[in-house]
Amino acid sequence: MNLLIFLILFPMLAALLMLAIPRDRIRRALGYAAAVLILAASLYLLYENFSSQAVYYGTGSGLADEAMLIAEALIALFIVCVSLKSRKYYPLILVVLQSAAIFYFKLTEPPGAEIAAGLFLDRLSLTMALIIGVIGSLICIHAFGYMRDFHRHNKDVRDRRSVFFFFMYAFLGAMFGLVFSNSILWIFFFWDLTTICSFVLIGYTGTGEAVNNAFRALTLNLLGGLAFALAIVYLGATGSPLALDRILLMDKAFVLLPAVLIGFAGLTKSAQMPFSSWLVGAMVAPTPVSALLHSSTMVKAGVYMLVRFAPLFEGTTPGFMLSLVGGFTFLLASGIAISQSNAKKVLAYSTIANLGLITACAGVGTYQAVWAAILLMIFHATSKALMFLSVGTAGHKLRSLDIEDMESLITRMPGMAFMMSVGIAGMFLAPFGMLISKWATLEAFIGSNPALVCLVVFGSGMTVFFWTKWLGKIVAVSRTSKAIAEKVNRDEFLALAVLTALTIGICLFFPLVSHYFVEPFVLEVYGATAQLGQDNLTIMILMFATAMVLPFSMLHFRRERKRLPVYMGARPSTGNRFAGTAGVERELSLGSYYLERMFGEAKLMRIGMMICAALIAAMFLLTGLNYAGVPI
Amino acid sequence: MNLLYGLVYIILAPVIGGIAIGLDRKVTARMQGRVGPPVLQPFYDVLKLFEKESAVVTRSQNFFVFAYLIFMALTGFLFFSGGDLLLVIFAMTLSEIFLVLGAYSVNSPYSFIGAERELVQIMAFEPVILLSAAGMYLATGSFYVGSIARSSNPLILLLPGLFIALLCVLTLKLRKSPFDLSTSHHAHQELVKGVTTEFSGSTLGSIEIAHWYETVMLLGFVYLFFGFSPLLAVAAVMLTYLLEIFIDNTFPRFKLDLALKSSWAVTLILGMANMLVLWFYVKGGLL
Repeated sequence: MNLLIFLILFPMLAALLMLAIPRDRIRRALGYAAAVLILAASLYLLYENFSSQAVYYGTGSGLADEAMLIAEALIALFIVCVSLKSRKYYPLILVVLQSAAIFYFKLTEPPGAEIAAGLFLDRLSLTMALIIGVIGSLICIHAFGYMRDFHRHNKDVRDRRSVFFFFMYAFLGAMFGLVFSNSILWIFFFWDLTTICSFVLIGYTGTGEAVNNAFRALTLNLLGGLAFALAIVYLGATGSPLALDRILLMDKAFVLLPAVLIGFAGLTKSAQMPFSSWLVGAMVAPTPVSALLHSSTMVKAGVYMLVRFAPLFEGTTPGFMLSLVGGFTFLLASGIAISQSNAKKVLAYSTIANLGLITACAGVGTYQAVWAAILLMIFHATSKALMFLSVGTAGHKLRSLDIEDMESLITRMPGMAFMMSVGIAGMFLAPFGMLISKWATLEAFIGSNPALVCLVVFGSGMTVFFWTKWLGKIVAVSRTSKAIAEKVNRDEFLALAVLTALTIGICLFFPLVSHYFVEPFVLEVYGATAQLGQDNLTIMILMFATAMVLPFSMLHFRRERKRLPVYMGARPSTGNRFAGTAGVERELSLGSYYLERMFGEAKLMRIGMMICAALIAAMFLLTGLNYAGVPI
Repeated sequence: MNLLYGLVYIILAPVIGGIAIGLDRKVTARMQGRVGPPVLQPFYDVLKLFEKESAVVTRSQNFFVFAYLIFMALTGFLFFSGGDLLLVIFAMTLSEIFLVLGAYSVNSPYSFIGAERELVQIMAFEPVILLSAAGMYLATGSFYVGSIARSSNPLILLLPGLFIALLCVLTLKLRKSPFDLSTSHHAHQELVKGVTTEFSGSTLGSIEIAHWYETVMLLGFVYLFFGFSPLLAVAAVMLTYLLEIFIDNTFPRFKLDLALKSSWAVTLILGMANMLVLWFYVKGGLL
């Protein structure tokens, strides 16, 4: 148990250190040490609990409860102050309502409603802890190098790096707290903590746009927080247990409402339509923040709760609605990604899409679906962190985040191009991880829901389009481009190299990942588990081996042979220039298809918001009907 | 899984595929009132290509085509060995993506347009083939090609909508008009040779061979719909191929967005309706 408490409190302590130390060099050294320690502690956690069952720890929770209540009040006060200062009234109203709900709960709480076990560790929390500990701390390491460059390039942004790193590390602590807590009240506290961390980090640059987007993120997440608070009030009012493990064991019909409310909170946090706009807006923040939000924290907190409650959604109509929200979000966000040329925006929509897939799995809630969902979470976290960090680093060197400007990256920055290609391949190509999970998802849906299958197959085609288009830009060899001399700094390179190795390694050892992390959890919850058939394992290995051996053929293809210029409609051409009509010499430039008319952001967003809002309304309506005694 | 069938495919598929293309050219010529080349002409062409000098724009380009060929052969190998249909489809996508990357890597205007169009075509084709696989699972209870092929259920009667949708979109994979948009037998004037513009010699030959592999694999997919009666299945496969040739010679080319919209519309309407009906049929315990 000490290790769990260490993992929650130590990042908080490190955060305070970051805040206290003004000198960048010392902060960096200490930050490195803290990140390595967090990483090591989460690995040690794995070592210590490698084969153990779920463990529950009783905590004399009185003191911790008091501390959290005070902290919560302070957070509420903070939100009230900033909202008043910026004249934003929605977050103000929401935070007042939320505090009122919790206050009401505390007043009416029956005395002696103690929670036997405050903290716990099972396979899912262990998996999450590894994602947070390993990927999160790598992102922090990357951030030290990145932020130095960031302030060198953006002189007009006030240097508040100590605040920045305070919230980065606090974020990790909050996430650890969230996945280790068994008390629903504690989960709620850490839930709010992630909201506030993301709010400050998104608004870091202090520009009008950043502040606006930060408030949008705050508002939408507080809306989810309000739903969460209402779930707690309901549980308290009906005298239900407040421990996660006990809630999950209760009668489905009885806890459907709190499950749906928490599901709603999960939808806001994991940026599903119609709430997705906050995650897209969050791209104004420095790239390590995006990487953190998209891969190991924040959005993963949302889907974590959804996956936890998946058994309660299984076979219910509200669960079906939830899965459709996920399915439509997957389809439409993938479509929008086609029409975007800003690398960070493409990544944002791809995150929303993949979270949609996880949400859909959680809504279906069968053991195959949950198996697929957890695999998706693992693979998505590594690949997405790699993608964001490499885009950030390359973006600094190229002075642009536009995918069109990444043309011929393979000759300009071969190392970065390789890492980025691994990241992209990890997102959608066989035999890499995400594809395996997509396949598992399809197999899970076909048994329960043909409508979802249709959504997934169309969305899957779209993902192939926008990722390959990007990959094509990277591997294109332009004859005129020159290597970029500026070196990638050590912090960034270290983080990127480890993440690249991790992305490849997880794919390589995917059967082990499934066997030791995912299957035990699913087995514990459902008493049955999905796994890969022997034949399919053989196929996967065959494909992976082929993919690994193939690059050696480059030894043959690299040999010098007759070189010709490209065919330019029989016009005379040299390098990148060709003779156009009327004797004018023109430069060759190639731009990708964005298919704006079909996949325009505004259009698809409008459709998605309408459909998903209607589905969410239906979800609540049906839950209400269920309580009114209508069988659903 | 039976690896022997897979090995037979690796050896025989180029022969069958080549002859199929040869017959295609012959039949097409007759439809147009020409005599046409000998049936073995595709083999002569490819052999000649392998004799030619190898010239490149960038050195990496041939690597991608090599990967395309290898993975296409692997796809068919997995299919005929009786592997998981979904994995087969994903392997096929992977191999196609290698071809597209090869076309991107040369950074040439015509192959760039070809590559983009090829991607749109992949996007148009993927839903229908994945949905067909899902439909076959619903009807037979397995994703394994071996079990589906041996199933005694008449799949064509259970999946008529999906079969028709697949037929429409198959045109795209066989590079036939109205969807002949990316490597273009018909549109030299706007595309030169699209994806394959910058490839020559043995590399171009490899692309041709990979296409033979692909054709046989796709015809094998058509076979699955009639697996309950092998004789009927072979006849159906031949008829399908003839139908595709006929379509090729009767339709003008579509524009790109029309190609995408029409193939999605067909998939959505016929495929999804078919899935829903089949779903209730299966859940009702009628199967």
